[in-house]
Amino acid sequence: MQSTSLTLDNVTVRMGQNTILDSISLSVPQGSFTCLLGPSGCGKTTLLRAIAGFAPLESGDMAIDAVSIAALPPEKRQTAMVFQSYALWPHMSVAENLAYPLKLRGIDRASRARKVARILDLLDLAEFGARSVASLSGGQRQRIALGRALVIDPPILLLDEPLSNLDAAIRRNLRSELRQLQRQLGITTIMVTHDQEEALSMADTIVLMRSGKIAQVAAPEALYAAPVDIDAARFMGVENFITTDSGEMGVASDAACFGFRSMSASICLHPLAGHLNRKAVVIDSAYAGDSYQVLVKSDGELFSARSSTPQLAGAQVILCVPADALIPFGADKNCLIPTDYRTPGRTLS
Amino acid sequence: MRALFPRLGVAVLIGLVAFAVFGPLINLVIWAFAEQWFFPNRLPSQWGFMFWERVFRPRAGAWEALGNSVGIALATVVFSMALAIPAGYALARLVLPFRHLIMLVFLLPQAFPSLPIFVNIAAMFYGLGLNGTYFGVILVHSLPGLVYAVWIATAAFAATDIAMEEAARNLGASPLRTFRDITLPQAAPGLMAASIFVFLDSIDEFTGTFFVGTPDITTLPILMFNAAMGGNYQIAAITALILLIPSVGFMLIIERFLKSDVLARIGR
Repeated sequence: MQSTSLTLDNVTVRMGQNTILDSISLSVPQGSFTCLLGPSGCGKTTLLRAIAGFAPLESGDMAIDAVSIAALPPEKRQTAMVFQSYALWPHMSVAENLAYPLKLRGIDRASRARKVARILDLLDLAEFGARSVASLSGGQRQRIALGRALVIDPPILLLDEPLSNLDAAIRRNLRSELRQLQRQLGITTIMVTHDQEEALSMADTIVLMRSGKIAQVAAPEALYAAPVDIDAARFMGVENFITTDSGEMGVASDAACFGFRSMSASICLHPLAGHLNRKAVVIDSAYAGDSYQVLVKSDGELFSARSSTPQLAGAQVILCVPADALIPFGADKNCLIPTDYRTPGRTLS
Repeated sequence: MRALFPRLGVAVLIGLVAFAVFGPLINLVIWAFAEQWFFPNRLPSQWGFMFWERVFRPRAGAWEALGNSVGIALATVVFSMALAIPAGYALARLVLPFRHLIMLVFLLPQAFPSLPIFVNIAAMFYGLGLNGTYFGVILVHSLPGLVYAVWIATAAFAATDIAMEEAARNLGASPLRTFRDITLPQAAPGLMAASIFVFLDSIDEFTGTFFVGTPDITTLPILMFNAAMGGNYQIAAITALILLIPSVGFMLIIERFLKSDVLARIGR
């Protein structure tokens, strides 16, 4: 299977008066798995549809292996897309769905049957060929939709929230299955998702998008440890932001504020060395499975932290955050960690 | 005892409705097989197939009228659907200005009393030399036919998932190929239902045919009208029974083809 790189150069898409995509430039290397991540309405799906040819460009260019595809209609682009709704054709059987793209390419019946059988095998659905699409479960439909895209050996695979319609257990399974398949085939893949956990666990590169623009392009570890600014940090699950006086408690920095995740903050009775310590009052404590989620108030601001024991509301405690869990932000709300920074060992816990 | 009264009421109600629906039909059937039926008698004094023979005698024109009716209805279906399929697709998929106005325009022929409309059409067709021609009658039948055709076709196309079309385009199908292989099969049940409505409307049509077609073109309703006017109730009844066959048959088919997801989109 040949694989290809994709370059976007100042891609702008408008719908009526609204600018949906604003000068997007991006380079997707050959064989990589790239996630477009962002809140709904950020333009990530439009970007995927623009690559497939369903959203006409206002300006800019896009190229597969340095050959421009911006002017091509969708059927000439050779991108294979898996739709969020799967978009399987209900008037065709599973095998007919898989064979249709081959039929369009003028491939003879015998080779069609062979390729369809191979794809069904690859997807572990060998005996499903004659079944009707309506008789499949959500996960099976998802795999058939993926197979239908893969059957043409596409240079680029586009996935539009492919796992969002499945329940949690199947989603986790398919996540690793999809990732393995992508590695095995070495196919350049772009996936849209609003689920940061999904993006972190699957992507080589995550493109964080916000209101039609790219906020950050980074490896999952770098995006998690050093979100580009406070908004990006919030989207990546950093719930707490604490303003500091310079030089406070040995955390030497010129940061205007620090962000930290609740799960790295703890509730102590005494200040700890190498930590940012704050006197706080417990507001609420809720059991969260492995520990207690504790809401505390300090200097009129609310923070959440974890505690191994339940805390009584009104108790005087110390909020302790280890220094290496603090993400420093400047007065301009931008992250002060250089973008190529990676912390070894600080991956998804 | 108390429970019996509402039940009795329902039974009486159903009986009355059945009488209202089937009463005239039974009368029709009796008339179709009555050879002699004079005033004071409750039922015909003589039964038989005499008038059936007379209706289907080659000279009587019933066969010709039947052929005309079916032929014109089929041609009306082809003509209406040829216009309604592209129109319905455009109305369902494209962003058109005044979309609702366009939909409303197709309803207009139904909104006005049909008699003045057909009288005016007849006057226009005289000028165009279309009176007494099959094409003229087909055009007149398409006028009400297009209402069903366009409205139902629009709903049928609106009910097909755009993502399915996009998936076909994405995997290499041209727009026309996509329409043929994906959109049409998806919309087929709705289009089938629309065709049947047009067919039934055409085969029943009287006023337009009367003004544009007669005396050159006689359809079954015209034949029935002439027979009834001439006091030949038997012939009128037999013609009516023949007209009933496609209506009942297609009604059963429509019921299967018109799915709720299409019905829900009619007029949207």
